[in-house]
Amino acid sequence: MRALNLKLLRNLWKLRGQVLAIAVVIASGVAVLVMSLSALQALQDTAAAYYERQRFADVFSNVKRAPRRLIERISAIPGVRSVEARIRQVATLSIDGFAEPVIGELVSIPEQGEPRLNRLVLRSGRRVALGHPDEVVLSEPFAEAHGLQPGDRLKALMNGNQRTLTVVGIALSPEFIYTIGPGALMPDNLRYGVMWMGSEALAAAYDLEGAFNDLSLGLLHGVEPEPVIERLDRLLERYGSRGAIPRKDQISNWFLMNEIEQLKTMSTILPIIFLSVAAFLSNMVLSRLIATDRSEIGLMKAFGYSNLQVGWHYTKLAMAMAGVGILLGWALGAWLGRVNTELYAEFFRFPLLIFRPDAGVFAVGAIVSLIAALAGSLGAVRHAATLPPAEAMMPPAPPLFRRTGLSRGRAAHWLDQPTRIILRQIFRSPLRALFTSIGIALSVAVMIMALQWIDSIEEIVQVYFHDAQRQDMMVGLVETQSDTVLQAFRRMPGVLAAEPMRFVSADLRAGNRSHRGSIEGIRPNPELQRVYDAGGRVVDVPPDGLLLATKLADKLGVALGDTVRVEVLEHRRPVRELPVVALFETYMGMPAYLNINAFNRMMGQGGSLEAVSLLVDESQLPALYQRLKSAPKVSAVTLKDAAVQEFNDTMGETLMIYVSFFAAFACALGFGVVYNSTRIALSERGRELATLRVLGFHRGEISYILLGEAALLILFGLPLGCFVGHGLGWLMTSAMDSELYRIPLVIKAATDATAVLVTLVATAFSAAVVRRRLDRLDLIAVLKTRE
Amino acid sequence: MSESPPTAQRDITLEGKALTKIYHTGAVEVEALRGVDLQLFEAELVVLLGPSGSGKSTLLNILGGLDTPTAGWVRFREMEITAGDESTLTRYRRDHVGFVFQFYNLIPSLTARENVALVTEIAQDPMDPAEALSLVGLAERIDHFPAQLSGGEQQRVAIARAIAKRPDVLLCDEPTGALDSHTGILVLEAIERVNRELGTTTAVITHNTVIGNMADRVLHFGDGRVIDSEHNASRQPAHELSW
Repeated sequence: MRALNLKLLRNLWKLRGQVLAIAVVIASGVAVLVMSLSALQALQDTAAAYYERQRFADVFSNVKRAPRRLIERISAIPGVRSVEARIRQVATLSIDGFAEPVIGELVSIPEQGEPRLNRLVLRSGRRVALGHPDEVVLSEPFAEAHGLQPGDRLKALMNGNQRTLTVVGIALSPEFIYTIGPGALMPDNLRYGVMWMGSEALAAAYDLEGAFNDLSLGLLHGVEPEPVIERLDRLLERYGSRGAIPRKDQISNWFLMNEIEQLKTMSTILPIIFLSVAAFLSNMVLSRLIATDRSEIGLMKAFGYSNLQVGWHYTKLAMAMAGVGILLGWALGAWLGRVNTELYAEFFRFPLLIFRPDAGVFAVGAIVSLIAALAGSLGAVRHAATLPPAEAMMPPAPPLFRRTGLSRGRAAHWLDQPTRIILRQIFRSPLRALFTSIGIALSVAVMIMALQWIDSIEEIVQVYFHDAQRQDMMVGLVETQSDTVLQAFRRMPGVLAAEPMRFVSADLRAGNRSHRGSIEGIRPNPELQRVYDAGGRVVDVPPDGLLLATKLADKLGVALGDTVRVEVLEHRRPVRELPVVALFETYMGMPAYLNINAFNRMMGQGGSLEAVSLLVDESQLPALYQRLKSAPKVSAVTLKDAAVQEFNDTMGETLMIYVSFFAAFACALGFGVVYNSTRIALSERGRELATLRVLGFHRGEISYILLGEAALLILFGLPLGCFVGHGLGWLMTSAMDSELYRIPLVIKAATDATAVLVTLVATAFSAAVVRRRLDRLDLIAVLKTRE
Repeated sequence: MSESPPTAQRDITLEGKALTKIYHTGAVEVEALRGVDLQLFEAELVVLLGPSGSGKSTLLNILGGLDTPTAGWVRFREMEITAGDESTLTRYRRDHVGFVFQFYNLIPSLTARENVALVTEIAQDPMDPAEALSLVGLAERIDHFPAQLSGGEQQRVAIARAIAKRPDVLLCDEPTGALDSHTGILVLEAIERVNRELGTTTAVITHNTVIGNMADRVLHFGDGRVIDSEHNASRQPAHELSW
């Protein structure tokens, strides 16, 4: 081995502590990058393969009732490859041992052969058989939540008839990766589940023989869904179509894609933070190492090594440091990527998992961090390469310090000499000090950014479930009912108050912008379902005009007083021009409200409703549940407490993983920065500190000088970190902003405190490591050598 | 070898008995001191002469509480410092010993005055830093940083820093080693003045035999032992020395 390479290896070994500290930071960046990119790729590949294999449809539509002969005409729409016409209905289920009513979504499958689209993955048991109308296949999450297996039975209220169904199989479907019930925010597998039933059996149960009410289309490759949807909507208009949606708006797929989007955001923002810290750390270590290596540089040049060779030597040192980090990061990232993907796969219940991170992912991680490390060391290497040999071999002149205003001022009387040493060190290289503080700040900031999610989610739950909603329960109805049913609800056991709600699917248009969603009819002075602005204000409902969520107003490009064209997609499909009379901020969805009286006028109907909000007496819940289970035409029962519970459970699980992950990285950052800066300071100033020991200073007193400087920089870094953390939080929450939800930026004082505490512990640990070295300072050896 | 005190009535400030020091470096054992007895008397100026590697620095380090002997003891007045722990040694250095090194060892981030104040702040009965600096002839350069001072000036700041706490013992390890003769003599004058005016017991290590002439007593070192001791009937003033 060449002597110079040997020197390189020995240098690395001598600096192993610092090399490791930098490597850990680089590894963190590489790991996040590899993890998110590989998980991203795996999720995309897996979803694509799953969709492809099970023939997930491209366009979805539903109607009230359309004759099957229409299928031929639908197939003839240019671009359509295959058509699957189905029946979809809801039933209220009774499951032994579960008091609350459960809503079952019944979807038809052919009794013989595979469906053309949205094919099932059978997990156990078999498909339904012809001539056995009571057989059903359950979706796996629902079956697991209730411990149901093939052979088990459950009662269902179908179209007013009580039936006993037999479970024959358990299956998964690409259509219900994310099974979310109407009106719910999160999957609730206990209270809402999908089940497949033979199409003839289902048609018979709901009087839909020879007809369908749900449609899926598969398109030819490269065909845009919009023109197909336009033709389809025209064709289905008279059959009560609410307008077709493309795959990207299908709810399950939408959630999945949203998750993938978030992963993309994570894979860009976080590695940037870690790798920039790594760049500055390698600069710090390398520039100081080169300063202590001066005489060796002089010697190398005296022996005839060129500037280029010397520069290359130190470049290799930087690359070796980065290399250790990259290898660590690769291993960690591949492992975390696998774990992360498996978590997602479990969450989404993918029947298959394609985790084949390609070399490109690893290469990107390596290249990005190499560039960061090299950029960080550029200045230091250039300095080494251009150091004239004669000058390099002389000891450096004692560093020149200046008196600052601080030591001349009156306050100077209060400063003892060790404190002056600390302050002068900082003022002599303010940039270096600033970098250390910034490193600390980033550690705090990363922690705040992670913890902030918990605060934000709590805020969402508080505002959405507690402040805005007064009701305990919402009951959705199968179809529009006369508001006389309200009286029936009020008479149910335990019901303290009942309020009508109306929903209708509609296209909202303003200029050339549009949004396909729904309009909700709401009582002018609601007691239960209020229009609530996230800022903490209940919005009045005027007699007429639209109340829009600000997010929806932004999407439509309208402001207060502008007009929105509402094209209702149900019933007589009225079209109205309505003024925007109020705007309000929401965290969930993009609702549009209308006074229920104006709603009824627009629809040309008398008092009608699609849902009821209830305030109930908890002690009478069992009786109410019993009553609801036998009530016909109930399509959804949403309990606020169960929804909150479900929301917290789902969020809590994913958040804890996320938060602990970032806590570890924040610690790595804090430790890496403090360890490096104090360790280097120790090697540069060992002589000075030893002198002080000789002069009679105790160990604690000299530790004060070295660690006091670090403490001061940390002290400056902590509030800076809170500041940066709030900025990063803002960046992440805005990046996560979507049509479905907005994350409010809420950071509690306790979050700042926790982040600060975590960083303090990490830095205290590295300070303790350095302090140990300080205690073993060799006084005589240091004094005998020349500077 | 034996020696008799020059003046019997003088008190012993620092005494070492049967001092040996063995260093273990890897597989090699180096015997730096092989049984040294010595006494330093009140207000006495002693010069320790000897070639490098003769053990004189090791002795000085042990006398100053920087290092501990492998065997033997050191007593400062009534206190046996070799029996103490790390903290006792620190206390001893802090309260009683002043050090001057070949390479000055000033704190670069502090001015001359502040370097002296560094010690006076933790001492019991110190002189004013300005007074200590004027004693070594540096009243003019009091607010300069080490980087703004010549080598000789830096060494005189080091002497001021060593004597400002009015130590009982001043230990100087090659104080002129890094200086030219003219500057070296200025430094020696400062040491001489401190010894005379403050009555500080002073030990100076050097391999420059000329410096022996300014001492009360000269101890010759060789191979880890004191091989010879001589008394000067009269001390030659430092400014008359030349080399």
